[in-house]
Amino acid sequence: MKYLKLIRANLFRSKRRTILTMLSVAAALFLFVTLRSVLTTLDDAKEVGSETRMVTRSSISIVFPLPEAYYQWLQTVPGVNSVSWSSWFGGVYRDPKDFFATFAVDAESYLPMYPEIDMPAEQREAFLAERSAAIVGSGLMERFGWSLNQTIGLRSTIYSPGEEWPFTIRAVYEPTNPSFGDENFFFHYDYLYEKSQYAQPGWYIMQLSDPEAAASVAETIDEHYKNSRAATRTETERAFQTGFITMYGNVGFLLNAIGMAVFFAILFVAANTMMMSARERTNEQAVLKMLGFSDRLLFALVMTEAAVITVVGGVLGVAGAKLLFDLSGFQGAGFLPGFEIKWSTAIVGLVIAVLLGVISGFVPAWQALRLPISQTLRRVA
Amino acid sequence: MKIPVIYNLRSLRQRPVSTLTTAVGMGLVVLVFIAMMALSRGFRAALVETGSTDNVIVLRKGSDSELVSGIGRGTAQTIAAFPFVADGPDGRPLVSPEVYVLISLERLTEGEALVVARGINPEAFDVRKNVEIVEGRMLNPGAPEILVGKSIVDRFANTGIGDKINFASRDWTVVGHFAAGGSSFESEIWGENEQFMPAFRGEVFQTVTFRMDDPSAFESIKSSLEGDPRLQVDALREYDFYAGQSALLSQILNFAAVFIAGIMAIGAIFGAINTMYAAVGARSPEIAVLLTLGFRPFSVMSSFLLEATMIAVLGGLLGGLFSLPINGIVTSTTNWQSFSEVAFAFRVTPDLLFRGVIFAVVMGLIGGFFPARRAARQPVVKAVREI
Amino acid sequence: MALLEVRNLSKVYYRDSQQIPVFEGINLSIEAGEFLALMGPSGSGKTTLLNLIAGLDKPTTGEIVVGDDNIAAMSRRQLAAWRSRHVGFIFQLYNLLPVLTAYQNVELPLLLTRLSKRERRDHVMTALDVVGLTDRADHFPRQLSGGQEQRVGIARAVVSDPTLILADEPTGDLDAKSAEEILTLLQRLNEEYQKTIVMVTHDQRAADRGHAVMHLDKGVLTR
Repeated sequence: MKYLKLIRANLFRSKRRTILTMLSVAAALFLFVTLRSVLTTLDDAKEVGSETRMVTRSSISIVFPLPEAYYQWLQTVPGVNSVSWSSWFGGVYRDPKDFFATFAVDAESYLPMYPEIDMPAEQREAFLAERSAAIVGSGLMERFGWSLNQTIGLRSTIYSPGEEWPFTIRAVYEPTNPSFGDENFFFHYDYLYEKSQYAQPGWYIMQLSDPEAAASVAETIDEHYKNSRAATRTETERAFQTGFITMYGNVGFLLNAIGMAVFFAILFVAANTMMMSARERTNEQAVLKMLGFSDRLLFALVMTEAAVITVVGGVLGVAGAKLLFDLSGFQGAGFLPGFEIKWSTAIVGLVIAVLLGVISGFVPAWQALRLPISQTLRRVA
Repeated sequence: MKIPVIYNLRSLRQRPVSTLTTAVGMGLVVLVFIAMMALSRGFRAALVETGSTDNVIVLRKGSDSELVSGIGRGTAQTIAAFPFVADGPDGRPLVSPEVYVLISLERLTEGEALVVARGINPEAFDVRKNVEIVEGRMLNPGAPEILVGKSIVDRFANTGIGDKINFASRDWTVVGHFAAGGSSFESEIWGENEQFMPAFRGEVFQTVTFRMDDPSAFESIKSSLEGDPRLQVDALREYDFYAGQSALLSQILNFAAVFIAGIMAIGAIFGAINTMYAAVGARSPEIAVLLTLGFRPFSVMSSFLLEATMIAVLGGLLGGLFSLPINGIVTSTTNWQSFSEVAFAFRVTPDLLFRGVIFAVVMGLIGGFFPARRAARQPVVKAVREI
Repeated sequence: MALLEVRNLSKVYYRDSQQIPVFEGINLSIEAGEFLALMGPSGSGKTTLLNLIAGLDKPTTGEIVVGDDNIAAMSRRQLAAWRSRHVGFIFQLYNLLPVLTAYQNVELPLLLTRLSKRERRDHVMTALDVVGLTDRADHFPRQLSGGQEQRVGIARAVVSDPTLILADEPTGDLDAKSAEEILTLLQRLNEEYQKTIVMVTHDQRAADRGHAVMHLDKGVLTR
């Protein structure tokens, strides 16, 4: 504690050098924490899938729809409380590049199954009462500047190409789980069927009465439809979600590799700074030793100095990232729902900053430890 | 009067540790930059290479990918009958109607992927560019057989010649492997149209692709097809269509490259600034001597800028060197635009290596500017006293 | 009993494989309260001898006993601790830390003790008072003249009340007037505060301020 003034004085020896190094570390930690958060977001997205909901889709791939007739039989499967279905609409609002997810669902059975879609009761009522109504996530409302009860037009990449369908926004939802995403668009399956004349369910969702029954329910359903025109593949919603995430491929590896490169690049910058600053001070360090500062104490002082630079830089970078992403509501253009810098990530970032300090300070600290006193002083005189 | 370059070179050698650490730091930034650009280019190359400028691909009007398109048999026949469709050596029109679906297959590594299953007639090998069977044989008509693209073979199970893959509730025998010049076709499974239609969506193709008799007449061909009220189609040059399919992901990768490399560059620039300030500070007496001898301040400044650039070039070369092992590494991801899995390789080209060096030089110039200016502005008298 | 006893001291430097002997068989005895000047031609080893006495370096053979401690036998760590309590060193080129104020420079040796902040303040201000620089406590070395810097150096040397004050050419870099002030100060420390001082110097007039003068020439020490 009492050495703090000495450390601080040394840091301010060259304000420019200290500040630039801190900013470099800040930049690196900003990047590091952002990359890591992409990974945690993807990981969390796997968790959105519930273990008590199951998804049945075509065994060929999600791209193939299932017959409406399946609804009746699925309700009879032991262990299944309720059944609903959803269909991918591929909705586009004006610019196809502005991606968001659109689902046509059987609302009466779907909404009770998804408490994550939370909205005021009167909005829910209004939605259910109107065929061309839509439930829109709060984030999406903000993104496009829509307002409640507004009628907007969407095109579909799948149905009636080129034709714009009107939808009236009767409800705005907030997700109870951020990873569910606040940029989804739901409307009535009946409306889809009415306007397209050939829509079919994309996949069925079932609410289990007992999560333990998941495996047997899946087997029962898939066995039943095995030899039919549309064979099925049933799994928990969590497994279904995870499947989508793995479609990203080796993102994890790539991001970690970049993270490593970032770490080492900045390590070199910080180490270089420490060494430059140490080189200028050998005489002073000899004086301190002469006064009785032990070798070990000098080692600790240099290490601490390095650590202060990297930790302050680290805090700046991590805080900057957290602030930026929290305020901007960034969600990776719809591909990273619930993106945020978690506290655990921030802590990992700070640990990295400390590590950076320790490693970059090591060589100069070691040199200070080993510095021979009289030879160094002699050099000057 | 120019300060000789050898002065800078020797000065750098006198501070080897400082020079090297700065250069390596920059090199790592360049490495990340090159790697991400190589990723983006590899992806784009795989898709862009897929299409020929001599071919036209026809989809249902308003379709943004092959998946959502639908073309009936009648429409396909009408298109084949147009005069602008080129004829093959056997006199038959070079037209390839194709079924296009996605099937879910398990990767040998983690997870599942949506793989393209494309239905073809034998003409496909003539129409589509650069595709040829490299192992095994062509499909026999009427048999539940499939051809597997080269990049699928290594990444999915049961893809050897003679193996059976199960999808759409039946077993399909792998009878051949095909290559397609590195294009996205290599990430696909091909089967006979007549076999795929009943298995998947029934009596409908997704696309019709044909060779133009006169490629320069594309515009009129396009208006003929799109203007025909019987057809309700969109027609694009095959090359443009596949290039467009890569647009979204390419953009994302490019953005990520610039974002990541940009932030790292800030860190590296700050490092360069510190290094150069230290250099200028340490050589203050030498600078005084140079100024006393009559070298102009501008020469001093350019000399230090040159020195910063030298460190940067070293960094750029190192970064390029580090990036070489990445070249050719195959990775795969889902092209969210077409929803299908595509395998592609990192592409480190000489052009990219060159850009890496330029990127480094820019970092060096920005980092070296203020220190170099300080050297030039140094008051001669003060410096002389320090000697 | 003598405060400082040097017995059969020798120092040899090794450079590459060459041996460079500085001196051999040196004996010296200093009583408490003495003010001793050490003179000799360049390269005679006076600074080396001073450094050995200060515990900054280890002799090749021999003993150096200060009070009850044979410092020639101590480890580096022990020497560091010993120095902080027993030695106040004054340099020719002052060797103040440029990033610290005069106050902070003088405070440095006290950071190694267990004194509280307030106690440290008392000692520092006292030391600054002795050298007459209390009004410059918050100045940085670059804001002080050569003579003032050396006075800060002296304050630092006495602040922890060490057993020995060792000075290596303390006036070597000063003009005549400042040198005069410094030497008067050292004399005062010796006479008023009974500090034992060993001073290496070139300057005969400086040497004359002490009680006794010793000469070190070609490895031989004579009074």
